[in-house]
Amino acid sequence: MHAITGKQLTAGGTALALLIILPLVVSSAFFQHVMILTFMFAMCGVAWSLMGGFAGMFSFGQVAFFGIGAYASSFLLLTFNISPWIGLLAGGIISALMAAAIGYPCSNLRGHYFAIASIAFAEIVRIVFNNWKLVGAAEGLTIPMLKESLANFMFHSSKLPYYYIMLAFLLLAVAVCYYVSTSKMGYYFRAIKESHEVAEVLGVNVVRYRLFAIMISAFLTSMAGTFYAQYILYIDPESVMILPISVQIVLVAMLGGASTVLGPAIGAAILIPLSEYTRAWLGYKGTGVDMIVYGTLITIISMYQPAGVWGSITHLMRRAK
Amino acid sequence: MSASLLLDVQGVSKYFGGLQANEDVSFQVNPGEIVSIIGPNGAGKSTLFSCVTGFHRVDRGRIFFKGREITNQKPHKIGKIGIARTFQVVQVISDMTVLENVMTGGFLKHTRVADVRRKCEEVLAFTGLIEKKSFNALALTISDKKRLEVSMALAMEPELLMLDESMAGLTPVELQEMIALIRKVRSRGVTVVVVEHVMEAVMELSDRVIVLNTGRKIVEGSPQEVVANPEVIRAYLGERYHAVRQ
Amino acid sequence: MEQLAQQLVNGVLIGLVYSLLAIGLTLVWGVMNVLNFAHGDFLMIGMFISYWMYALAGVDPLFSIPVNAVALFLLGMFVYRFIISKVMSGPGLAQLVVTFGVSIFIANFAALIWTPNFRSIEHTLLSGTWDLSGVKLSIPKVVTSIGSVITSFLLFWFLRNTRTGKAILAVEMDREAATIMGINTERINSLSFAIGSALVGVAGALLATHYYIYPFVGGTFGLICFCIVALGGFGSIEGAFIAGILVGVVQTLGGYLFDPAYKLAIVFLMYLITVWIRPQGLRGW
Repeated sequence: MHAITGKQLTAGGTALALLIILPLVVSSAFFQHVMILTFMFAMCGVAWSLMGGFAGMFSFGQVAFFGIGAYASSFLLLTFNISPWIGLLAGGIISALMAAAIGYPCSNLRGHYFAIASIAFAEIVRIVFNNWKLVGAAEGLTIPMLKESLANFMFHSSKLPYYYIMLAFLLLAVAVCYYVSTSKMGYYFRAIKESHEVAEVLGVNVVRYRLFAIMISAFLTSMAGTFYAQYILYIDPESVMILPISVQIVLVAMLGGASTVLGPAIGAAILIPLSEYTRAWLGYKGTGVDMIVYGTLITIISMYQPAGVWGSITHLMRRAK
Repeated sequence: MSASLLLDVQGVSKYFGGLQANEDVSFQVNPGEIVSIIGPNGAGKSTLFSCVTGFHRVDRGRIFFKGREITNQKPHKIGKIGIARTFQVVQVISDMTVLENVMTGGFLKHTRVADVRRKCEEVLAFTGLIEKKSFNALALTISDKKRLEVSMALAMEPELLMLDESMAGLTPVELQEMIALIRKVRSRGVTVVVVEHVMEAVMELSDRVIVLNTGRKIVEGSPQEVVANPEVIRAYLGERYHAVRQ
Repeated sequence: MEQLAQQLVNGVLIGLVYSLLAIGLTLVWGVMNVLNFAHGDFLMIGMFISYWMYALAGVDPLFSIPVNAVALFLLGMFVYRFIISKVMSGPGLAQLVVTFGVSIFIANFAALIWTPNFRSIEHTLLSGTWDLSGVKLSIPKVVTSIGSVITSFLLFWFLRNTRTGKAILAVEMDREAATIMGINTERINSLSFAIGSALVGVAGALLATHYYIYPFVGGTFGLICFCIVALGGFGSIEGAFIAGILVGVVQTLGGYLFDPAYKLAIVFLMYLITVWIRPQGLRGW
């Protein structure tokens, strides 16, 4: 990864300014909702690309950390009245620890073996939560309506605060990813992705760095989960722990460019509005037409643009020089 | 066990199922030497290499580096201690530039990115790849890739560099360049151990040659001594050739 | 004790069906390194073909086996030619995701045209149970398992004793070498995918005799299949066969001894534990 050029900084700053002004200009609640989901998936995609794009650990089980984040903060709030912000941190730490616990025995798994292990892990988590009375089992948890305030992480009158909070979270994830990618850790991740042997020979403790990748990724994804809980105010295993969410995260990263920092954000910006608006227009009949379109979309994207949009952009830019 | 020895391999044996790949192999390497390990195919050179560099566990024997035991240490620890190695089939990191590849090795000894970059550019100047520092690693020729691998190893600032058949597949000109590079590496203060098949390089470079055959060390000496040794000739060319020559 | 034996038998019976499913998946994997996420949905299509043949023409599922085999063979060939082959030269991630897209498409399309409702085939040629000294054997299940075994062995025979079969094995072992030997690997790819799909079609007909048929039935079977294939060692047909039986037994016994709600979780746990201890699965045991 290269240091940011002046041009890129200007472009980034402009984009950010636009995003900040956007919801003030477009006041449609649905539009703001779609943007919030976009930021959320962008954050998860960025977190994914840290372990998948950089370190080569293709996880199809990120939803487990998303769900654990959502449940951790909600449970603590409901049971002990603990602030969702502390719950945010707690969820992140729990997710990171679980990530280490599953990641350590899987240290030698690569490619499809790792992918299936990640699915296995996430499915076990889902099934456990589906049957665990303490957290509501299949009925899930309802987040209590508190007074509207930042401290309570709850807003009733407008989506704007949620918009800006999620955007801030996304910027945090991008900053973390960028920092990692330009540091020793980033280089080590990419060596690991190439080959465990090459990495070891260069002095890289492959087991340790794989754990770093998976833990950072889990923490960030967990934050997105906590946000979701505070935003939607109801969570259950079928909404925060299912495989399609994991796949959506991978898609977002892949579409935008799996081993880049901003790629997933671009991928989310394309895929999420597309699927949300398709669902809004076609899904209301309950016929699943929106899913048919979604499935077709995924297939076509994989077939014709696997390097992602970022890949095309940089390719075009290089050609233009 | 002398403290001035760099590498001390004592009685290493390694079995794979019923096959004895190494049997009771011992040798020492002094600082500043270039030592070659040769032998016919199946002699156990690669296995020995892997045992010393932590890729195989030994079944018997001990290995010491600068007086400290390193038997059965993990490869990354071996790297940290000061031993760097290359691979028989050259391995570089695909989606990185030449410089980035070398920097990955450089992070072993330095933390600040700017420092690492500077040091690695020095290494690339030393190994003659500085002009190509922004090339994608995969775009290099085999010869340059091997050079890159050596650069990555040197960036780790090792005391011992172990090369696994680095002369294979090179043209005569590239061969001479590689030989010159290894000499340069030694003059920089790095001790070198090579596993080699290309005898020309072995003769030109080595201070000492160790010959393995069917898992055992059979001869050790200067290149001239080794090449004239009847046992070595027998090992490479078989009994009949030796008998004919008598 | 009797109950335990009963569960064990049930486990073996369902395990044999899993085996047939897994063999098709592992064949495809071994030949072209593609993990077909839509495998379970192909099964669903097979089940529905049998269902409609029964509902509209009164054809017993057992007789729909050849139709299923041919239909799914063609479907597999089509999917390979027009979709999968396009991503073969791309990154591995694209290959993983493209079959996921196909899976979502198929399952939801089926839900659209057939509704998501559960269906079942009520009166088949074979129904009822045998009582073998206290252990009840459901006849449809037994026939299903026997059908699985027969089909599996037919495949083994085909691979070992026909020219095409041996070509497939050659590609599975070493793609490059096979190409040098003059084998048209692209043709082998599409053939393997088609055969894998045909096997699933047969499994669909067999399962339709006693299992609920609905558009989303493929999901769970697909996931279980992945675990079995990985357990048996990716690409190992014998491994998949044995692993299928093992998973069937462990899943059934586990559900009986602990909690049926966790049956699927047990399969996943089994996968995790196996790859932790032995990353290559049962392969080479």
